[in-house]
Amino acid sequence: MQTDSLLDLQAPVMAYGMRVGSEPQAPVSEEEALAEGLVVRKLNAWYGSFQALREVSLLVAPERITAIIGPSGCGKSTLIRCFNRMHEVAPRARVTGQVLLRGKDIYAPATDPVLVRRRVGMVFQKPNPFPTMSIFDNVAAGLRLNGFLVRRSELADAVERSLRQAALWDEVKDKPNRPATELSGGQQQRLCIARALAVEPEVVLMDEPCSALDPVATLKIEDLMRELARNYTIVIVTHNMQQAARVSDYTAVMMMADDRAGEMIEFGPTREVFTNPRDKKTEDYITGRFG
Amino acid sequence: MSGFAYRRRKIASIVVLGLCASSAFVAVGVLALILGFVLLNGINYLNLDFFTHMPTPLGEPGGGVANSIVGSLLIIGVAALIGIPVGVGAGVFLSEYAGARLGNIMRFTADVLTGVPSIVVGVFVYSVVVLKMGHFSALAAGIALAIIMLPIVARSSEEMLKLVPRSQREAALALGITRWRTILSVIIPAARRGLVTGGLLAVARAGGETAPLMFTALGNRFWSLSVTGGPIDALPLRIWRYGIGPYDEWHQQAWAASFVLVLVVLAISLAARLVLTRR
Repeated sequence: MQTDSLLDLQAPVMAYGMRVGSEPQAPVSEEEALAEGLVVRKLNAWYGSFQALREVSLLVAPERITAIIGPSGCGKSTLIRCFNRMHEVAPRARVTGQVLLRGKDIYAPATDPVLVRRRVGMVFQKPNPFPTMSIFDNVAAGLRLNGFLVRRSELADAVERSLRQAALWDEVKDKPNRPATELSGGQQQRLCIARALAVEPEVVLMDEPCSALDPVATLKIEDLMRELARNYTIVIVTHNMQQAARVSDYTAVMMMADDRAGEMIEFGPTREVFTNPRDKKTEDYITGRFG
Repeated sequence: MSGFAYRRRKIASIVVLGLCASSAFVAVGVLALILGFVLLNGINYLNLDFFTHMPTPLGEPGGGVANSIVGSLLIIGVAALIGIPVGVGAGVFLSEYAGARLGNIMRFTADVLTGVPSIVVGVFVYSVVVLKMGHFSALAAGIALAIIMLPIVARSSEEMLKLVPRSQREAALALGITRWRTILSVIIPAARRGLVTGGLLAVARAGGETAPLMFTALGNRFWSLSVTGGPIDALPLRIWRYGIGPYDEWHQQAWAASFVLVLVVLAISLAARLVLTRR
């Protein structure tokens, strides 16, 4: 049952237990996003003849968390997969528009997607550690398999640093050579985060990183994200609105148009999107009328 | 439902079940029958000497098939060395690179190649390798068997590689790891058990082939360890020679050699199963 109080625009804030404090109130500055973050301009994406994204523009602020929310199938995942050129791994996938990473278009003709992916890391919905590798080797994989010449001691340092950053070090420091698959789901996901951090990316993309985890593990990852936002630019896709409200500084809301293409209907500081949405559809979505 | 229709249905059910069950027993029982039959007939010769001794001159008792066993191992080794890497490579191409059209053409070709009679493969290698080299050899035999293994290995590795979840590929690619590195260090290790099994089954299949060897290895009563040097013996060839010969000792040795061959093939198949199910 929908109560009247939920129509009050302040209600969602209470419901979601928003953070208060140092969170930004002002819109993302384009200069900042151009210099150290991501600038997305008129992005369109297709799978074959099906258009999955239409004219999406977005500014991702450096060292902040930007959440992308919206109902299932609205193109959230497709959008962040365009940020590290993973979209084109799917057969017959195609992209137009610009994604500027520190001011340089990652879709410029001479750009090697492999090099883009080294700068823009990704964590997936389901934890996907390499099952044939140990905990240590999983974290070291990015450095080793990229052919970066790292000495044994440097590698060990990088692995420890990444595991500490991912808040996993204490749990695995005694068993770095055990198979990664022995860890719990939440630990595996933090391992995947450590693995992504080991190559020192500039941006970390997280595609519903907690959707396969229990609430306790989810909370751990959310804390971790806040911690990481001190040094990393983070984009997280989630269809858990409480999560977006809890962790993100900025929120983008996506919706599916009539032809099923994803469009961005709202973007701004998280507090503003949740308390004072400009679009009626955003309001309906975050108050739980649909989605 | 009338009693008659009901009885009829019950009887039909029992008859069909009986037919299926007896078919299953025949299919499984044949292996037991073959093993037992071969063992019974060759038991006189199944001793250590049979494995360690050379064939004796006719009329002298005893003797073994040491040269055939070693020859078979040598030929299969050459075949595996050629057939498995090329087959796995083809499997990788089919599963990771080939588009739908090219993939379908290649798969069809591989399936046709599987169906080419092995004697035709033998004749082909005879004309292309044996005639060019000027003599028979383990190398030529190995190439012939490799051709027989190739489509089996390619198709099975393709299937095994396709079983590796897409999330593994994406995990590696998202780390900025190149495509070939991803395949080599992530996908192939993840599928390694299946790949080994496919290779072993292909080896087992090739190990029992006889027809291609007639045109390539020829057979040899004497000791030979040379890959390129000249005619070499193999278990299936020895069985064939002894089997069509007129002497009773030969027949018994053919049975014994058959038993050894079946055991070897069985052992390889079992090894393949073990590799696949071990955890």
